[in-house]
Amino acid sequence: MRKNRIMTYVLSFAVLAAACIFLAGWNLCSGSVPLSAGEILGICSGAAGNETASRILWDIRLPRILSAAILGGALAVSGFLLQTFFANPIASPFVLGISSGAELAVSLLMILFLGRGISISSLALIFAAFAGAMTAMGFVLLISSRVRDMSALVICGVMIGYLCSAVTDFFITFANDADIVNLRSWSMGSFSGMSWENVRVMAAVVFLAFLGTLFLSKPMGAYQLGEVYARSMGVNVKRFRTELILLSSVLSACVVAFAGPVSFVGLAAPQLVKRMFGTAKPLIIIPGCFLGGAGICLLCDLIARTVFAPTELAISSVTAAFGAPVVVYMLVKSRRREQ
Amino acid sequence: MKDYLRTEHLDVGYGGDPVLTDICLHVKRGEIVTLIGPNGAGKSTILKSIIHQLSPMAGTVYLDGETMAGMKEGEIARKMAVLMTDRVKPELMTCWEVAAAGRYPYTGRFGILTPEDRKRVDEALALVRGEELAGKDFRTVSDGQRQRVLLARAICQEPEVIVLDEPTSFLDVRYKLELLDMLKRLARERKTAVLLSLHELELAQKLSDYVVCVGNRAIERCGLPEEIFTSDYMAELYGITAGSYQPEFGCLELTAPGGAPQVFVIGGNGTGIPVYRRLQRKGIPFAAGILFENDVELPVARALASQVITAAAFEPMGEETYRKAEALMDSCPQVVCALKEFGSLGEMNRRLAERAKEKWVRPEELE
Repeated sequence: MRKNRIMTYVLSFAVLAAACIFLAGWNLCSGSVPLSAGEILGICSGAAGNETASRILWDIRLPRILSAAILGGALAVSGFLLQTFFANPIASPFVLGISSGAELAVSLLMILFLGRGISISSLALIFAAFAGAMTAMGFVLLISSRVRDMSALVICGVMIGYLCSAVTDFFITFANDADIVNLRSWSMGSFSGMSWENVRVMAAVVFLAFLGTLFLSKPMGAYQLGEVYARSMGVNVKRFRTELILLSSVLSACVVAFAGPVSFVGLAAPQLVKRMFGTAKPLIIIPGCFLGGAGICLLCDLIARTVFAPTELAISSVTAAFGAPVVVYMLVKSRRREQ
Repeated sequence: MKDYLRTEHLDVGYGGDPVLTDICLHVKRGEIVTLIGPNGAGKSTILKSIIHQLSPMAGTVYLDGETMAGMKEGEIARKMAVLMTDRVKPELMTCWEVAAAGRYPYTGRFGILTPEDRKRVDEALALVRGEELAGKDFRTVSDGQRQRVLLARAICQEPEVIVLDEPTSFLDVRYKLELLDMLKRLARERKTAVLLSLHELELAQKLSDYVVCVGNRAIERCGLPEEIFTSDYMAELYGITAGSYQPEFGCLELTAPGGAPQVFVIGGNGTGIPVYRRLQRKGIPFAAGILFENDVELPVARALASQVITAAAFEPMGEETYRKAEALMDSCPQVVCALKEFGSLGEMNRRLAERAKEKWVRPEELE
């Protein structure tokens, strides 16, 4: 029986990794200038001299693919952390309003600085997003300490999200025209326009946060049995909760800082991955979530930029199209089981 | 032997006012200590404070001679395991995995189980007779099975003391008995100290080495079960006004019908019990006699009858006793004779039965 489980894990990891590689390859090839696999290999080995194709590959597609993968993974892991923390299957940065809090902070920063022609570094963006995420998270925690009811918590989170979005929209409406172009596309959520500098910063931040998350996997496993048992098994619950909140905020803040709000990935990816692996064991699911989130974002980004090319869709419209049915399906299924 | 778990002048409560003050509990290894008392008296609050789920408001908890407040979480976890009333519904976890979670204090940074750990988990599941549950989803098994798996989880922690808050609630009779039996075995075979709270007085009476009564705002009494479980004290502790608690067999009786007896029951040797119960259900006041002082049915007769005529044990019944019984029987319109054999010492009962022959009714005719 145990052998079977391990086989399932190995197989699932292999499938997810293969899917990511395949989707990344597809993403590299397709676009307004289609490239064949041969051309790409040629560019990579430095043989072919097509300057335009090389620029497209190195400066546009590769950073975009990498950021879609990294941020998608970050989002899924952040969602899994929150779902464990609140013991709620539909908790996610987006549902709980944490993404929107980060979005508000980042858009304020952009309006303040870009309007005056001051450029903002990637790290500053992340810090702003982190501050916003933590503020929204603070509200959610405050509410969750008062209401034990999980659906009430989700409703409050959604309300916080709406509130933050409303304020963000308000600022965008009254911002200078010149800034708006940038802000609009960002606030819709998109992986476009990523630079290598962006990729480097996000990779570093997400990698560190991911490592931290792996180190939390043991207490997370205990916490899945509830706070009382976790404490009695030797988890320092207070410290664990703080670490978990910080990590999930860093991860979702990083996503918002670079790609804007991306819905449903943080919610659906952990669920799909848990079903696929047939377990909720954090040490397995955390890397699984990362791959799953990366795969979903690569797929959604591919759809967003190619289906209606040259018009590009907002990433959230694609993720929602995939994610919303998943959520509804899960709700129906879990309700049926309870009956 | 010294106390393994001890509290000194512990005050417990939520926030402002303490619910209970000055709690001094002692549990030795291999000993089962049970908290009993009415709902809301604070049994759970005491247990939660002892396991540091609630911070004690004053006083100290000692575990193996050390103050618990000064111990590291991991250190406490290797000595003390708990089974609380919180409902756990972990997602996608098998019963084996839930039990294995108890290895937490012994595993490394990432919580990976060694073959030794796996063996311990298998053993713990075997101990609670949960081997066949191992591969099942924890959320799909019954309450009784769930409780056993959680007990296995606690055993995996290899604790020297185990704290349980009403472990038998929601369980049916069989699982109740099985669970308490396992606790007894843990205490006897592994010398585990057991501290628990129980609702079922009859079980507490039989399981406990020591009983602590949590009454209104204080620990009212503590002592051996035979000192604690008396009908009067149980009525006082729980504020029983309807019915009564019969300590001999640990059974509960509903309120006696009361009033002038309408039926006289000639009983003895346990034959009268079903008749008494029937009369109680129908609400008919009755008298019983003549019962020897050592008759098995005397506690039930005392709890339910308006009047009971008794005779000294191991002696033939005397004439005076007979006169009293006869007078009482004559005042009742109906008589039930539950006895078939009277025996050589039961001569007086034979005379009563003879005398009342025309007033005889069968128990099932009583309305």
